[in-house]
Amino acid sequence: MTQHATATAPKTPRRSKKRGSVLPGFTPTMGFTIAYLSLIVLIPLSTVFLKTAGMSWAEFVEAGFSTRVLAAYKLTFGTAFLAALVNAVFGLLLAWVLVRYRFPGRRLIDGMVDLPFALPTAVAGIALTAIYSRNGWMGSWLEDLGIKVAYTPIGITIALIFIGLPFVVRTLQPVIEEIDVELEEAAATLGAGRWTIFRKVLFPTFFPALLTGFALAFARGIGEYGSVVFISGNMPMRTEIAPLLIVTKLEQYDYMGATAIALVMLVISFFLLLAINLLQRWSSQRIGHS
Amino acid sequence: MAGNTSTLHGRAAKAVAGKSGPHGSNTPLRYLLIGIALAFLLLFLFMPLASIFAEAFRKGAGAYFESFDDPAAIHAIKLTLIVAAISVPLNAVFGLAGSWAIAKYEFKGKSFLTTLIDLPFAVSPVIAGLIYILMFGAHGWFGPWLNQHDIQIVFAVPGIVLATLFVTFPFVARELIPVMQAQGNDEEYAALTLGASGWQTFRLVTLPNVKWPLFYGVILCNARAMGEFGAVSVVSGHIREMTNTMPLHVEILYNEYNFVAAFATASALALVALFTLALKSFIEWRAASAQKFREGERLPDNTPLHQTS
Repeated sequence: MTQHATATAPKTPRRSKKRGSVLPGFTPTMGFTIAYLSLIVLIPLSTVFLKTAGMSWAEFVEAGFSTRVLAAYKLTFGTAFLAALVNAVFGLLLAWVLVRYRFPGRRLIDGMVDLPFALPTAVAGIALTAIYSRNGWMGSWLEDLGIKVAYTPIGITIALIFIGLPFVVRTLQPVIEEIDVELEEAAATLGAGRWTIFRKVLFPTFFPALLTGFALAFARGIGEYGSVVFISGNMPMRTEIAPLLIVTKLEQYDYMGATAIALVMLVISFFLLLAINLLQRWSSQRIGHS
Repeated sequence: MAGNTSTLHGRAAKAVAGKSGPHGSNTPLRYLLIGIALAFLLLFLFMPLASIFAEAFRKGAGAYFESFDDPAAIHAIKLTLIVAAISVPLNAVFGLAGSWAIAKYEFKGKSFLTTLIDLPFAVSPVIAGLIYILMFGAHGWFGPWLNQHDIQIVFAVPGIVLATLFVTFPFVARELIPVMQAQGNDEEYAALTLGASGWQTFRLVTLPNVKWPLFYGVILCNARAMGEFGAVSVVSGHIREMTNTMPLHVEILYNEYNFVAAFATASALALVALFTLALKSFIEWRAASAQKFREGERLPDNTPLHQTS
């Protein structure tokens, strides 16, 4: 045993061309990674595609694009888009304020921006409903103005704004930190006003990141369920989002219907994921980290 | 999906002092922008948080604590802890193995594999639940076989664990991959040259180097595992004292108009979230000072930055 060990010890580690590394452990770790990824993610996800493949085209269109389902897509994408837009504006403002200005409580606020990531969605959902329902803190006040928020698309949008905010702020913060103040100073020396500097110097620099943050918030918004179901009221054709419709179909044992909607949502999510990856590449090139 | 948003690697790299633009810092515009930002946060972040506790204590502290003196509540707390205790370590082990395989070697399809790991973030939680119903439900692929062998996965604890594993899948891996990539393999090569075994190298060199990002990923993974609602709701079947986790318990109480108990349970989850954020900020601070320290070693204080770069 010891002889064997000494006999093999002097063997110099060869640099494998394929992996470019002499570190041991590639095969077991990669094997485990692929196996675990397949078991937990890939094989289960493939059921959606295989289940839909077993449907005829007419069945698929009937289940995935009926009037009620189309209304749900419209609502889901509409509210998610609106919420992502609001987040793009206020997320940019917030990221700018957090990076460029120093004021008391800045660190606390910077930490709290991640609250929507950490707070369970159901908790956010009931809290927002409590605030915006008729006798809530905001709801009673808005009711006097004739605005109904809870159980309307506005309520859904507010829930999605809450959920999406950190995506925009956290995507923009590092980019704003990278911006060289000298660039703005140069523009100011050349006589540019604040608005011109923003439009011509700053905006082009963080535009890719802003678009990435927008896409991330939008992608999260279309799949969101927990924070929305409480505030939406869940009325078919009016405040029923697509993820809720999947749950409703499942509760009625309509597996075909649920799977068809899931497939449409998955395909859209995959395209968004692809778009986000391309955007991030563009964004990192823009700030000089290719 | 979430790209590099908010990873420790990205967050710790900053640590810049506040720089202000050419138009000075004490302008009215500055106060206006800070004001709008704070008003927005107050409305969309702090008000929801405050309302959880306000609603929970609406009928006083007695009613608040009574909400937890309920077998269904205690069972929900236990189940939530069990699910987190199973899924977080599994995804942490996967995160370590996956980041080692991806960050320490060169191979074809690396970025594709990284994208696949991020995939669960792009999938709606509801679909994450649906896929396990399609696999293990009564009419699913393995449904008849599981039924024959009297094994229950969906509408039982194993289904909840699987759905939780899916939604928390990327958390640890995506924290570790960028850090391991940035650190390179030099220290590991040195350890191997000095005669350490592969396992020793990992345990004594790599692991201490990634302990903060690992911890960071684990607490985020844990927060999501304890708070997941959509995916778990689909696979759980909502059987009281059997398959109800805390978020599902909140939903049931809320739908029964038992608001004080619903918000009391919600407040416990909110405290977990706040504790997570506090830990997260602490780790970011530690990682940032560690980074400053490392950079300080490389740059003697009398060397101006622009001469070295």
